[in-house]
Amino acid sequence: MNQIIVITGTSRGIGRKLAEYYLDAGNTVIGCSRGNSKIEEPKYCHYEIDVTDENQVISMIRDVRRKHGRIDALVNNAGIASMNHVLMTPYETAKKIIATNFLGTFLFAREVSKIMMKKKYGRIVNFSTVAVPLRLEGEAIYASSKAAIVFFTEILSKEVAEFGITVNAIGPTPVATDLIKNVPESSIDNLVKRQTIQRFGKIGDIVNVVDFFINPESGFITGQVIYLGGVLD
Amino acid sequence: MKNKVISIIIEALKELAADFGNDNIENIADTDGETILYGMDGILESIELVSLFADLEEIIFDEFGRDITLADEKAMSQNNSPFRTVNSLSDYIESLLTGDAGDDR
Repeated sequence: MNQIIVITGTSRGIGRKLAEYYLDAGNTVIGCSRGNSKIEEPKYCHYEIDVTDENQVISMIRDVRRKHGRIDALVNNAGIASMNHVLMTPYETAKKIIATNFLGTFLFAREVSKIMMKKKYGRIVNFSTVAVPLRLEGEAIYASSKAAIVFFTEILSKEVAEFGITVNAIGPTPVATDLIKNVPESSIDNLVKRQTIQRFGKIGDIVNVVDFFINPESGFITGQVIYLGGVLD
Repeated sequence: MKNKVISIIIEALKELAADFGNDNIENIADTDGETILYGMDGILESIELVSLFADLEEIIFDEFGRDITLADEKAMSQNNSPFRTVNSLSDYIESLLTGDAGDDR
């Protein structure tokens, strides 16, 4: 089935891998990031936008509707990480993390839901993190922005259920991507040790859960958060 | 422009009536535009208003080539909601299309 899938943050890391995976499977993928994309596939379309800029997000999603007529799935992957002691965290950094991770997710979910509700079908997948249930010290702002995504997912799922839209979230463990390249190794090791299955996550682990959530057969699955690595909430 | 905007709203309401099976909405086409759409004694549920906005934003672009956002800060902060009646909604859309409030994306 050729699905129309919007994935945010596709210039690198998990977002790029997800885009390539869904393109390989024959889907149409619409991606975005602040910069350009190296993905060169006929069924890939890239928008250079800032996910925290409301006007840019609205323009992008309306353009997608005009060109494709529908959106089957939204994968709210775009995010930034910054791990630091609360007392050492600049206010501007905190604002940027909340804006990108939470408000960006909100903006895309709001605009894409308007398109999905007309077709009475949609799948939204948001990205949380295992740092939420683990309440990791050193990640207060990052984990808070991702905890907000959990609540947002749970409540939005109720608000759009009658339109056939499901909203779920995945909570990945650390995956070796650019996102965590500046995080001290000891912090990451500390995190991995607290997982039930103590290893780094793989892209395939994430794809597996996203696949499950956006599957047309998953229409009875909504408001759920799946944490990887056996981390319990 | 006002008549065109009003007819767009009426058409969108008719489509909404069919989507939601709400007879109260369907009958609005015969009124003077002062039927209360939303708020106390309004005929629209909040979810129907959300759907109406999505439809209107789409039709407005198709008809006028302009991207507008109805549920913006300005509308939400007004003491008298511009979404209360067909006439007030029409006035508000017109102001977005013609005035400084226009959200030209």
